[in-house]
Amino acid sequence: MAITLKINGAERQVEVEPDTPLLWVIRDHLQLTGTKFGCGIAQCGACTVHMSGQAVRSCVIPVSAAAGQEITTIEGLGSTTAAAVQEAWEALSVVQCGYCQSGQVMSATALLEQNANPSDADIDRFMTGNICRCSTYVRIRAAIKQAASQLAQEA
Amino acid sequence: MNERQQTSISRRSFLQKTAGAGAGLTLAVYLSGCSREEPASTPPASATGAATAVEPLVANAFVKIGTDNRVTVVIKHLEMGQGVYTGLATLVAEEMDADWGQIVAASAPADATRYANLHWGPVQGTGGSSAIANAYLQMREAGAAARQMLIGAAATAWEVPAGEIEVARGQVSHRQSGRQASFGELAEAAVRQPVPENVTLKDPAAFTLIGRHLSRKDVGKVDGSAIFTQDIQLDGMLTAVVAHPPVFGARLKGFDDSAARQVKGVVNVVQVPTGVAVLADTFWHAKRGRDALQLEWDDSEAFTRSSADLMMQYKELAKQPGAPARVEGDVEKGFAGAAKVLEASYEFPFLAHATMEPMNCVARITGKGAEIWNGCQLQTGDQMAVAAALGCRPEDIIIHTLLAGGSFGRRASGDADYVIEAVEIAKAHGRDVPVKLVWTREDDTRAGYFRPLYFHHLKAGLDQDGKVVAWQHRIVGQSILDGTPFSGMIRDGIDLSSVEGALHLPYHIDNFSLELHTVDVGVPVLWWRSVGSTHTAYATETFIDELAAAAGRDPVAFRLQMLGEDPRYEAVLKLAAERGGWQSPLPEGRARGFAVHKSFGSYVAQLAEVSIAADGGYRVDKVTCAVDCGVAVNPDVIRAQMEGGIGYGLSPTLISETTLEQGQVVEANFDRYQVVRMEHMPAVEVHIVPSAEAPTGVGEPGTPVIGPAVANALFAASGKPRHRLPLGMKV
Ligand code: FES
Ligand code: FES
Repeated sequence: MAITLKINGAERQVEVEPDTPLLWVIRDHLQLTGTKFGCGIAQCGACTVHMSGQAVRSCVIPVSAAAGQEITTIEGLGSTTAAAVQEAWEALSVVQCGYCQSGQVMSATALLEQNANPSDADIDRFMTGNICRCSTYVRIRAAIKQAASQLAQEA
Repeated sequence: MNERQQTSISRRSFLQKTAGAGAGLTLAVYLSGCSREEPASTPPASATGAATAVEPLVANAFVKIGTDNRVTVVIKHLEMGQGVYTGLATLVAEEMDADWGQIVAASAPADATRYANLHWGPVQGTGGSSAIANAYLQMREAGAAARQMLIGAAATAWEVPAGEIEVARGQVSHRQSGRQASFGELAEAAVRQPVPENVTLKDPAAFTLIGRHLSRKDVGKVDGSAIFTQDIQLDGMLTAVVAHPPVFGARLKGFDDSAARQVKGVVNVVQVPTGVAVLADTFWHAKRGRDALQLEWDDSEAFTRSSADLMMQYKELAKQPGAPARVEGDVEKGFAGAAKVLEASYEFPFLAHATMEPMNCVARITGKGAEIWNGCQLQTGDQMAVAAALGCRPEDIIIHTLLAGGSFGRRASGDADYVIEAVEIAKAHGRDVPVKLVWTREDDTRAGYFRPLYFHHLKAGLDQDGKVVAWQHRIVGQSILDGTPFSGMIRDGIDLSSVEGALHLPYHIDNFSLELHTVDVGVPVLWWRSVGSTHTAYATETFIDELAAAAGRDPVAFRLQMLGEDPRYEAVLKLAAERGGWQSPLPEGRARGFAVHKSFGSYVAQLAEVSIAADGGYRVDKVTCAVDCGVAVNPDVIRAQMEGGIGYGLSPTLISETTLEQGQVVEANFDRYQVVRMEHMPAVEVHIVPSAEAPTGVGEPGTPVIGPAVANALFAASGKPRHRLPLGMKV
């Protein structure tokens, strides 16, 4: 069945069964491989994308439910907030293996878009769905704060 | 190490290397825009993310200078997050006097004649926290040789004495004549220079990059452009999902694939030694196809026991003396003369590695052998295993080593398990069709290759003055090395990986006995970040705290008093205690625990601070970590590895365990296999002991220390020793 997705600012038509998880449409049909597969059951956050501005786990969203919504993947991130997040990530050398980091960046960006000045508890709550097996958590926390203060300065 | 020593070591290893490599170290110059010479090594078009640009190698070199002024450092080790691209590139750039911005890192092809791990003999591979340690001089020599050739090229072109030429930040200059040139401008002339037979390395005092915070060279990881195996796309590629036996050792009796073949997108179903593979155009179709398979298994010879049952067996075994791993003095006499004798039994579960990227591998059968795309950790071992499976020569197995989404030991399996599975599927399907094998999280966690389950029994005697006079330690568990290509490391029946970390304690004890019972139970097991130390550090360092308590001594003072000859233990111990404020008064509801352990040549001490809630719940708030790993090549990477090692070690300390019930893995995905998340992660402060010693590893040594540090804090708070991992989230 043909489904039209609004993804990273463009309309893309895919020929796919409606219950296919959005993750696999993004990866296998649209060949946007920045969004990762880690668990398939909404437990790890590696597949996080933005759907109508919310961070969601694309591995458990049937593509039919995503049709017509604005979807942003790591490749399509372009907001000021996202840029500040990515800059902070680079400045603090957050990444290790990197496999979880698209998801971390997507979640952190969504967090700062909703809450410009998150506390440690806010960060814990929001980011707890994103596992990092390399345990870059210390730096993720610091980078979120650094991005927040940079955005506050710019504002 | 002074300069003279360095130069002589350097010369020796340099000459050995050039002899071994045949053609010697040469600078490979490639012209940007030129066609690439070895198509086999060229990554697929869609996989040329900057981070993984596996440059074609023109010669046996570690350094390539482009006319575009880009310096490519060829990295012989797997980048799995530990920062090896950055580390090895730092060594080359330092001696070359390159500008850090002009350096890019690229993965080396699989070729042990050029890219062996110098600690392992003629074998290419990554592990044992050995990357910087084995390549420290080799990479510096490569950089120094390149620098000398650039100087030679400039001296010839400018007709000035080489001795008057200076190099700094990627610029070659001659002050007297005012001439200067970039590396790129000199590249073509430099390659015509003779390869230096001898290089002099810098005095450490002159280092400008080593010891500084540098940006990482494994780029593309914050914008999704880095390419992992999971991301490889090739023309005509199929994705394979495999139905594995439900328990280890079950055999396929029969299967019906008629429904699977009806699933849209399914192209083929093939039987391989490890199960039944469904090949399809996409992952989702392949998985659907697998779900539709009807399979019948024979588990009459399979492993169908349970963790609890194994633990009971191990416990019984521990009552008997085991094979002696190290004996000094006479423990029985020591116990007889002791004023107090303490005993403790410890239980450690199986553990899955649970790398963030589940195992996967792309394989294509070629006319001669196979081409493989993988986050490959043991290139030589994988080449040999695949060659044996295909009946071809190891050198006909081309491996593209991609960035790995973590390994923690998992990708270094002696039998190349998942790689062989991909190759078998590609072989069964037919030549030239690339196949991407994708394991789901459940496949990954159920496949085994666990950190083995262990039981320990410890017994120690204290004399009147509270001094430890006898120490008996029995370990029961499976051998990791037995039956693998690494079995040569088993000496006199002792698998060193079962006892490392307990073999040599930091403490001086007159009567000492370490014994091992090796059991063979048929669960596939493997090294897991810090290997033997994952359990030995916990048992020994928590038991030390029990002994300190029995002796009425402060745990840190108790350790200091017993320390043996090695002053480096004392330095990390004191540094962590001081910076962590061991002596400062504790607020209500908080506790501290301390542990020290040496692994892979590096010394690590950690002080954990825990806060305890009224309901008995607790949280690890802060960890102060001191590390001595010799020369700190990349201090920020060392800090990152300590932070990451602590987080990784905290999972099995608090919540991770893999349980087998009638042979089945209970915790197959992250809903049951719990791991440390943001909410569990303490603040971490890392202090590096300044050192001029040869560098040692940092990938693993941070991991084993956190468990005993946390358990000791809980012991201090409650008086209740903790003998079973995971601890759970209650005091
Ligand atoms: S892959 Fe979607 S949350 Fe793990
Ligand atoms: S950086 Fe490796 S899993 Fe997060």
